[in-house]
Amino acid sequence: MKAVKVSGLSLRYGSKEILRNVSFCVGEGEFFLVIGPNGSGKTSLLKAIAGLATPSAGAIEVLGKCRTQWTRREFSRQVAVVSQHVPDDFPFRVAETVLMGRSPHLGLLQGETAEDRRLAEEAMAFTGLSHLAGRRLDQLSGGERQLVFIARAICQAPRVLILDEPTASLDPAHQIRILDLVENLRSRQKVTVVMISHDLNTAALYGDRLLLLCRGEVAGLGAPSEVLTWQQLEKIYGCLMLVDESALGGSPRVTPVPEKYRLRGAGGSGEPRFP
Amino acid sequence: MSVPFLSVWGRLLPAAALLATALAAAALLGLAFGSSGASWSLLRALWPGTEGADPVASAIIWEIRLPRVVLAAVAGGALALGGLVFQALLRNPLSEPYILGISGGAAVGAIVGMLAGLSPFPGVSLSAFAGSLATLTLVLTLSGGRSALRSDSLLLGGVMMNAFCGALIMFFISLSPDPQVRNILFWLMGDLSLAGRDQLSLLWLVLPGVIVVALLARPMNLLLMGEETAASMGVNVRAVSLALLVVTSFMVSIVVSQAGLIGFVGLVIPHIFRLLFGPDHRLLVPACLLGGGAYLIVCDLAARGLPSAGEMPVGIVTALVGAPLFIFLLWRSRR
Repeated sequence: MKAVKVSGLSLRYGSKEILRNVSFCVGEGEFFLVIGPNGSGKTSLLKAIAGLATPSAGAIEVLGKCRTQWTRREFSRQVAVVSQHVPDDFPFRVAETVLMGRSPHLGLLQGETAEDRRLAEEAMAFTGLSHLAGRRLDQLSGGERQLVFIARAICQAPRVLILDEPTASLDPAHQIRILDLVENLRSRQKVTVVMISHDLNTAALYGDRLLLLCRGEVAGLGAPSEVLTWQQLEKIYGCLMLVDESALGGSPRVTPVPEKYRLRGAGGSGEPRFP
Repeated sequence: MSVPFLSVWGRLLPAAALLATALAAAALLGLAFGSSGASWSLLRALWPGTEGADPVASAIIWEIRLPRVVLAAVAGGALALGGLVFQALLRNPLSEPYILGISGGAAVGAIVGMLAGLSPFPGVSLSAFAGSLATLTLVLTLSGGRSALRSDSLLLGGVMMNAFCGALIMFFISLSPDPQVRNILFWLMGDLSLAGRDQLSLLWLVLPGVIVVALLARPMNLLLMGEETAASMGVNVRAVSLALLVVTSFMVSIVVSQAGLIGFVGLVIPHIFRLLFGPDHRLLVPACLLGGGAYLIVCDLAARGLPSAGEMPVGIVTALVGAPLFIFLLWRSRR
């Protein structure tokens, strides 16, 4: 069974076509990354998978069941979503917010049980938030707030975790912390991860497979070394990028080339000096 | 850090018990104090089996003061809940049924219904409801739909709606020779002095709204995370928002058609209880219901107790308290 199976997906807002005939599969326990330039339809794709946007054509299967057959509630017990923007005025405390991840598992008037509180404590310990448990979210930094919302998603105990650029606008230390956390969740608890990243190097370092979107269509799908080639990236992003091997081994490393370096090599003829 | 993990019921029960006591105390005060000062002995008429012992006391308590206290309690509770719901749904801490012009719309609807000769129920209730829904739709549309709800255009739209509804109220009342349409002060400043026993039968109509709001307390918490996050956690955002807006408007319409325009209760009460109990709506809903009731009874007591030539409308007291708080909150949000 595939965790996510998208076939022939198209999506339009009004007359504007956002996604066109997108097909791919995400295996269970895979770290799957969606990359692409601004406006290529990444967020819309994730929203469609999460059931927050309605496709105009095509089918989406999540955990072996067609998206339309899931009830909202059942779905939210299996799939958690961390969106790009976390409200900065959310007035609850950290522990309360993480505990809200249990909501999909509770009845209308049912209070949280001791087991729910234990899960929330676990999620806070896992994300290193235990010492902040009593703090209000509107008193935390942006990075800490994002962590709280990820802990909330973990507390939801999902089998699939969908993240829309969770590390945008965070400093490198917070970025790595969050990404390692997600990677741990995947490797230890076999949670399938579908994540958008603007950072191609992040994608290369963490992704099992990448989906490169361009103007709503699939431009590349495969292992990082297959998708991240300089020819492909120049075509899609319209910007020259140097692709070499990361010193960490194995994965490709992408460096956008500033203009002042572009004319070097090949006798200054304007050709890039690579590959 | 054990405090954040206290269970909801563990926090709710003591708070509810405390506020229920406060409400009961306020109600007893409201029954004991009248235009002729305090008279605790009158309260004996409340005791079962004492009917006929003192017909005057019995009439004062059962026909005049009890309806007034009950109306104040229900109106205060419903208006406080209305404020709580609007603040959560519109993500604007300054929104409230009166400030947004929803109450004004209900008043105009009620007056039109009365002029058309409709019965109090369902006729006037429904015309008040239609008026409140019309202003709600207009204000939401004017402010740019649900995406721009943080903006001040929401409040500006409400202010204009209020001015317009105020003018319509005066216009219709000046047209009307019908004594049933009541006096202008009743509609513009809210007045509980006309409360009678026959009105109380309509107040039950508020109950379904209270139940719906109480059941949706957790989804209201989740909605504060943003609509998409709430949806991803199993909340049917559209259905929940629509249900809350509709039942709140209905509750407010019932209250307005029975008590006129009483402003700012929905601003003062939720803000006080957020300071005391934090942001959890599972606590705030019962707290606002009980506390709002107690608050309006006390405001009505103050309106009766303050030196004045005649009866002072309770809306004057709530506005004297609420409007400065509104200005303070507005000032603080701009710093």
